[in-house]
Amino acid sequence: MSNTHRTFWRGFLDCSPFILVVAPFGLLFGVAAGETGLDLLQTMSMTILVIAGASQFTALALINDHTPTFIVILVSLVVNLRMAMYSAALVPHLGQASLRTRMLASYFMVDQTFAVSIRHYEHEPTRPLREKLAYYFGGAASICPFWYGFSLLGALIGKAIPESYTLDFAIPICFISLVAPMLRSLPHLAAALVSVSLALLLAWMPYNLWLLVAAVAAMMVGAQTELWLKGRQA
Amino acid sequence: MMPDNSTIWIVIVGLGIGTYLIRFSFLGLIGGRPLPEWLLRHLRYVAVGVLPALITPLVIWPQATGGEPEPSRLLAALVVLVVGVWWHNVIAAIAAGMLTLYGVQFILG
Repeated sequence: MSNTHRTFWRGFLDCSPFILVVAPFGLLFGVAAGETGLDLLQTMSMTILVIAGASQFTALALINDHTPTFIVILVSLVVNLRMAMYSAALVPHLGQASLRTRMLASYFMVDQTFAVSIRHYEHEPTRPLREKLAYYFGGAASICPFWYGFSLLGALIGKAIPESYTLDFAIPICFISLVAPMLRSLPHLAAALVSVSLALLLAWMPYNLWLLVAAVAAMMVGAQTELWLKGRQA
Repeated sequence: MMPDNSTIWIVIVGLGIGTYLIRFSFLGLIGGRPLPEWLLRHLRYVAVGVLPALITPLVIWPQATGGEPEPSRLLAALVVLVVGVWWHNVIAAIAAGMLTLYGVQFILG
């Protein structure tokens, strides 16, 4: 087996623990989409085209709330803005690939493939491009089928799960479990606290605008806290 | 009231294209000017700025109870947060949360 092959499977293996996150999340999305009123084609289209759980759930929640369409899209896209950072961070490692390869890699740029890949690249920065690509797509091959498959499963069996199972709460639980590891520094913590406080204080705002305001304010507080800490260290 | 079909499709397509463009932004446009430092600094806090705000109403005012705060959910959320922060283990946090959710509901009847 060539090195490239081996690296593909290594990426596959390294990303595979996240199947345990992606599968239930996908399942819940399938169920939630059905409950929001999406038919099977719409559910699968969303899960395949967007391939970003947090924003998909956000969109569902806002659609449920009869938020104006433009705002649904805008707020859901804001949730995905972190992927711009992923894109920038991957440039030094995958930037030399052909345009078509980069277009494909962009499709598979999800939290898990990014996080696992970037960690690997930082450990072994001098590997050739084709190995880095193999690793990246290996990771994608590991978790994406489960995302699609479990979304489908959720959409199909959704009606069968009794409401008393409180499965609706699995969504916030998954979100919180994703956020908790992010609270690793004071600026991150400050941003999160502002985010929560403003969400509580501004819930009265129409069109779910409180979400945009809370997010922007939280980002500014995070950035300022970071600057303040840097100033203190200097 | 079921949402409008066209609304759903517009959201799907809009979100799909928009998200792809975000993902493609840097990786696709090599040689573009690097982002200014102040913008990069803010982008670092997008996830931690958006997600907690998103989660808060789902926890405090769950739709399933008609907006009334409810102990099993509040406790479960707290447990997920503590376990997640303490152990940095996503799966353990989810499991602990679901256990708390059902456990408290069982105890409270």
